[in-house]
Amino acid sequence: MTAHKSFRIIVAFTLSFLLLPFVSSAQEDMPADPSDEAFNPTDMIMHHIGDAHGWHFFGSGEQSVTLPLPVILYTDNGLVTFMSSEFHHDTEGQYVVEKDGMQFVNYHETIYQLNPGEEQIAFNEEGEATNAVKPYDFSITKNVAAMFVTVIVMIIFFFGLARHHKKDTKAPRGINSALEALVLFVRDDIAIPQIGEKKYMKFMPFLLTVFFFIWITNLLGLLPGAANVTGNIAVTAALGLFTLVLIVVNGNRDYWKHTFWMPGVPTGVKPILAVVETMGLLIKPIALMIRLFANITAGHIIILSLFSLIFILETAGVASISVPFVLFMTVLELLVAFLQAFIFTMLSALFIGMAVEEHEHH
Amino acid sequence: MVAKQALFNVAYNHYSYITMDLITPDFGLFFWQTIVMLILIFLMAKYAWKPILQGIRKREQNINDALDSAENAKKEMQNLKADNERLLQEARVERDNMIKEARAIKDQIIAEAKQDAQKEADKLIEQARATIQVERNAAMADIKNQVATLSVQIAEKVLRQELSSDTKQQKLVEDMIEDVTLN
Repeated sequence: MTAHKSFRIIVAFTLSFLLLPFVSSAQEDMPADPSDEAFNPTDMIMHHIGDAHGWHFFGSGEQSVTLPLPVILYTDNGLVTFMSSEFHHDTEGQYVVEKDGMQFVNYHETIYQLNPGEEQIAFNEEGEATNAVKPYDFSITKNVAAMFVTVIVMIIFFFGLARHHKKDTKAPRGINSALEALVLFVRDDIAIPQIGEKKYMKFMPFLLTVFFFIWITNLLGLLPGAANVTGNIAVTAALGLFTLVLIVVNGNRDYWKHTFWMPGVPTGVKPILAVVETMGLLIKPIALMIRLFANITAGHIIILSLFSLIFILETAGVASISVPFVLFMTVLELLVAFLQAFIFTMLSALFIGMAVEEHEHH
Repeated sequence: MVAKQALFNVAYNHYSYITMDLITPDFGLFFWQTIVMLILIFLMAKYAWKPILQGIRKREQNINDALDSAENAKKEMQNLKADNERLLQEARVERDNMIKEARAIKDQIIAEAKQDAQKEADKLIEQARATIQVERNAAMADIKNQVATLSVQIAEKVLRQELSSDTKQQKLVEDMIEDVTLN
């Protein structure tokens, strides 16, 4: 049976390779579109994994289907808000939006405020704008909107589970039972072993929220057209900061003593260890931040690169290789989505557990 | 050559710029993530995690309680069974005792009855014997009377016969005188 299956796969592969020359020749026969620029995978990938002011689904240029999102800017003259659709899908800094006597352009999803009297943005060789400033950008970007989607999903799921628990003491059924199993997983396999039976309850809201936020956001990020929220360093930085704050706020006397004046080592070594431990305190959340960001972004880049192969080689036949690989990567990403949520929560719990641990006095 | 270098610089700057963009945290997004996370933790803690964790804990408590009570019920059942066994044993002993007692009573009653009957029989026999004695005595007396009467009648008849003639009377007198020896 298995041999039969693998045989069929081999036949399919061989056939698609045989088709390659025909497909490419068909491509060549087509009249070249003069407006068609050379495909640039880096731009495409960066566009997909980066943040944006509108939620782009498909199409390009004026025809693209994009969900407009509010742009909120804090300029020297106060707050300015308008919808991202006012840029008319322009991200090259060409289209100037006039608001409250100020001119704004969107250059590669960074919004610049043109200096008065300027018509077009100009850059120097370092890529810095010479005639425009960057206002503080608090826009509801694609990532922020995706964040809200996660929040809504979490509210729907867990308020439902909470409703069940309020009126029934029996075990839940259906999706609630799966959600409860995950809640129990966070409690019994992350919080209690790392923090301890006595103190874990205080940190459960953070651990559960961060676990499900990362996991659901990771999963939603795998959908076509979705945002790459957990693969954005600002998002993971904020999440890491929460862990850092919890460590600093909840660290007990023993923890700080072990950080700044390690007991049981020679006095001469103590200052050195204090420097190392202080660095360690900061490196922990930074490691959390980079791990989540890099893992999720890397997954997206690999999937997009595999797709790019089709356009780089300009043959649809490559799809027969790309698509199975992408499929494999996507399934792997499903695992990574859970794994990274687990690791982030696990390490947060571990660090918090270290900070609140009661040491036996030697 | 120079133009090539310039092109490279532009491209390099472009990509390094993009890469920097990727690893430079955007403040606006950081701000929103922090706000969203704070609100989410608060909302979830209050309306989701608290009731869920409490519910789970309550259920676990219930399950433990149920297991405990099942254990207790089992123990009680065993006690009950032992009690039943004991009661049965006691009842059996009681029954045996009762049977034994009843048998004893029966034997006693039979013995007493036998004794009474013997006594009664003895009494009856005694009475019968006494009656027989009385009857016999009466019969004997009667026979004696009849024998006496008969004897007198016979004697009368004999006398009448003997003394019917003078010779005979003379003879008798002679006999009698002969018998009497005069001393």
